[in-house]
Formats: sequence, C-alpha cells, structure tokens
Amino acid sequence: MTVVRLAEVARVHGEGATAVHALKGVSLEVDAGELVAVMGPSGSGKSTLLNLAGGLDRPTSGTVHIGEHDLATTRDLAALRRREVGYVFQDLNLITSLTAVENVMLPRELDGVRPRAAREEAMAVLAEIDAADLADRFPEELSGGQRQRIAIARALVGGRCLLLADEPTGALDTRTGDDILRLLRERCDSGAAVLLVTHEPRYAAWADRVVFLRDGMIADTTDASLVSAR
Amino acid sequence: MPVRHGLLALLSSGPRHGYQLKIEFEASIGATWPLNIGQVYTTLSRLERDGLVKPGESDEQGRVVYTITAAGQEEMARWFGTPVAQSDRPRDELVIKLAMAVAAGKVDVAEVIHRQRTATMRTLQQLTRAKRAATEGAARRLVLDSMIFQAEAEQRWLDHCEAVLKEER
Repeated sequence: MTVVRLAEVARVHGEGATAVHALKGVSLEVDAGELVAVMGPSGSGKSTLLNLAGGLDRPTSGTVHIGEHDLATTRDLAALRRREVGYVFQDLNLITSLTAVENVMLPRELDGVRPRAAREEAMAVLAEIDAADLADRFPEELSGGQRQRIAIARALVGGRCLLLADEPTGALDTRTGDDILRLLRERCDSGAAVLLVTHEPRYAAWADRVVFLRDGMIADTTDASLVSAR
Repeated sequence: MPVRHGLLALLSSGPRHGYQLKIEFEASIGATWPLNIGQVYTTLSRLERDGLVKPGESDEQGRVVYTITAAGQEEMARWFGTPVAQSDRPRDELVIKLAMAVAAGKVDVAEVIHRQRTATMRTLQQLTRAKRAATEGAARRLVLDSMIFQAEAEQRWLDHCEAVLKEER
C-alpha cells in the first residue's frame, strides 16, 4: 500500500531569469512498512521534497498523494496533515513548558480528542518505544537522544502512518543516532512509512531504499531491497 | 600479523585447542573474515617455534591443547600497546582508479563516482542489516561498525570528489 506518492513533481521559486528550480520532475513512492532515505548535498532539493510530501508546500507542477488524497484538491489540508503525517526535525521539536507526555498529547488535543483519551494514546505510544518512564519529564531534563524519541512518539500518536524526518540525528553522537534509526526502523517494521532526509551515509543505510538527489533530480537509487519486496 | 596476535589474545584467557580457537576467532570477528583450520595450525606451530605458546597433552579426541607462555603474554601486551600505522594497510584501488580517471581526462569521472556511490551505499545497507541481526556479541558488532565507518568515509570522500570536480569544470 502506497502511503505517499509524488508524480513528476517540480517546484520553482521565483520567476523569469531569477527563478530557482528546486525540484525538476521527481517521482517517488513510499509504501507502508518502507523506510526511504533521501541523500544529497545542500541545495539539492531534499527539504523541498520533504515539505511537498507532507503538504507543507505545493508543487509548481506534478501531483502529491497521501493515501487516496490528492493534496491539490484536498479542502482541509491542515486537518489531513495532522491526521496522517508526523514530522521530526533536527531540533526545536518539543515545547519546553510541557512535559514529554503533554508534548505527545498535543496534536491529539488539537484534533479535538479529550485530554484523558489523548493522554492514554500518548502513554501507549511512549510505552511502544520504551519511553514511558520519561513521560513526566520536561524537555530540558532529557538528553538529546531522549528528546528525539519523544518527538518520534509525538509524530506517531493517533495512528499516523507517514513519518517525515529531516536530519533527525543532527546533533547526536553516532551511537545515539543509531538508536534513533533503530527506532524508526522498528516503526516501519510495524507498518509506518518513513521518508528520511539525511546527509549522513551511515543513517541512510538503515533504509530499504536510498535516493540520491542532485540539482533537483534523482541521480540514482539503490534497488528496492529484499526487505521492501516482502 | 593480526591472526597470530588474535590467537594469543584468545589463549590469554585460558588453554584451547586449534578448532576451539577457530570457532572463537570467527565468533568475535564475524563471517567477514573466515579463518581456515590449516591457517590456525600453521600459526600455532610458528607461535610454538617462537616460544609464545606451548602445546600440552592431547585430549580424548587427540586434539592438542595450547597454553600461552610468559613471553606470549608479553608479546600480546606489546601488540595491544602499539598503534597500527596507516601505511601498513594495502593501497586503495578506488583512490587509484579515481585519480587515474581524472588524470586521463577522457573518462566520465562523474559517472565513475555515481556508480561507486550507489555500490558503496548497497554495501553500507548490507552491513547495517548484519548489525541489526547481530544481537549477541559486542565484538562482532564493533567489527561491523568499523566496516560501516570505513564505507561511510568512502561515501563522504566520493561526495567531496564530486563537489571539487564540479567546481573545477
């Protein structure tokens, strides 16, 4: 089952002679249970790709589907994003005045779920990723790796099936970074679709498929692996 | 001489016979570096010649059990205490290939880089899968980590080559 599908997507910033072609006709699908990594130097279009996949930006041409929904014709895009898509960034992930569990509850409360139910859902997700013991701590009482775990829990809460991660291992040491990738990998193995942007080969290597982006185009792709062909 | 010193290190925790050494060596290093039993016995007889191990009695199956000597302990400590020189490693074919591709001028260097990068990434994916599967044994995981770091360095170097050559064009 394809969770996100980009077809011939192009994105141009500006017009005429000064136009910047951030993406030039990129097609990419991520299935449920699949981890796809996008690699490329700065300016290759990685973040633009991620923003388009999550409906944070609109393509100049081409289409983006999340599940059955064509984002161009979706009326309440914000609601669709909240329901279906989770984001994890390098930093600035958590709200410092809220505890870990309150951070994870937040998107569900915005969806209109009552606090008690939202807390139950949040605790269930935290337990799934072995972080239940961190629930009542504030972000500043957590290590970098623990904060990223909480951010991943928040991205997954409420049964969201698409996780977009932009350099989630940014400032972490390699061992903690590996732990984060192991966690993302496990989430994939239990059915989520993950699109990961990274410039670090060691983290990209956890993916089923690695896409190399150059100057707004896909330059190369490692074959669909045995894992994703199951 | 990593096999020689590897066997000494294993013997330092107690006497063992050849087949046991082979099994334990491979369990620590992983399938990446299989050791044939002939190599183990050749190495043991050289270690014996140099006075670093001594053979004991055969067990009920006729296998000779070896023990590390004081000189052997000393040699092992010296090995662990000495850093490995970069120049002891073999020359890297990829480095030579790329340098030659640039020097020759008629080769599509960008294409050489692309192909290599995709191949190296596949290797990196395989190593990462092996690491996920290696749940027991920190030694084996660390060996895989070493290979992952090396493959990663190669990948970074290829990115660097691409960026530098793009500038020069």
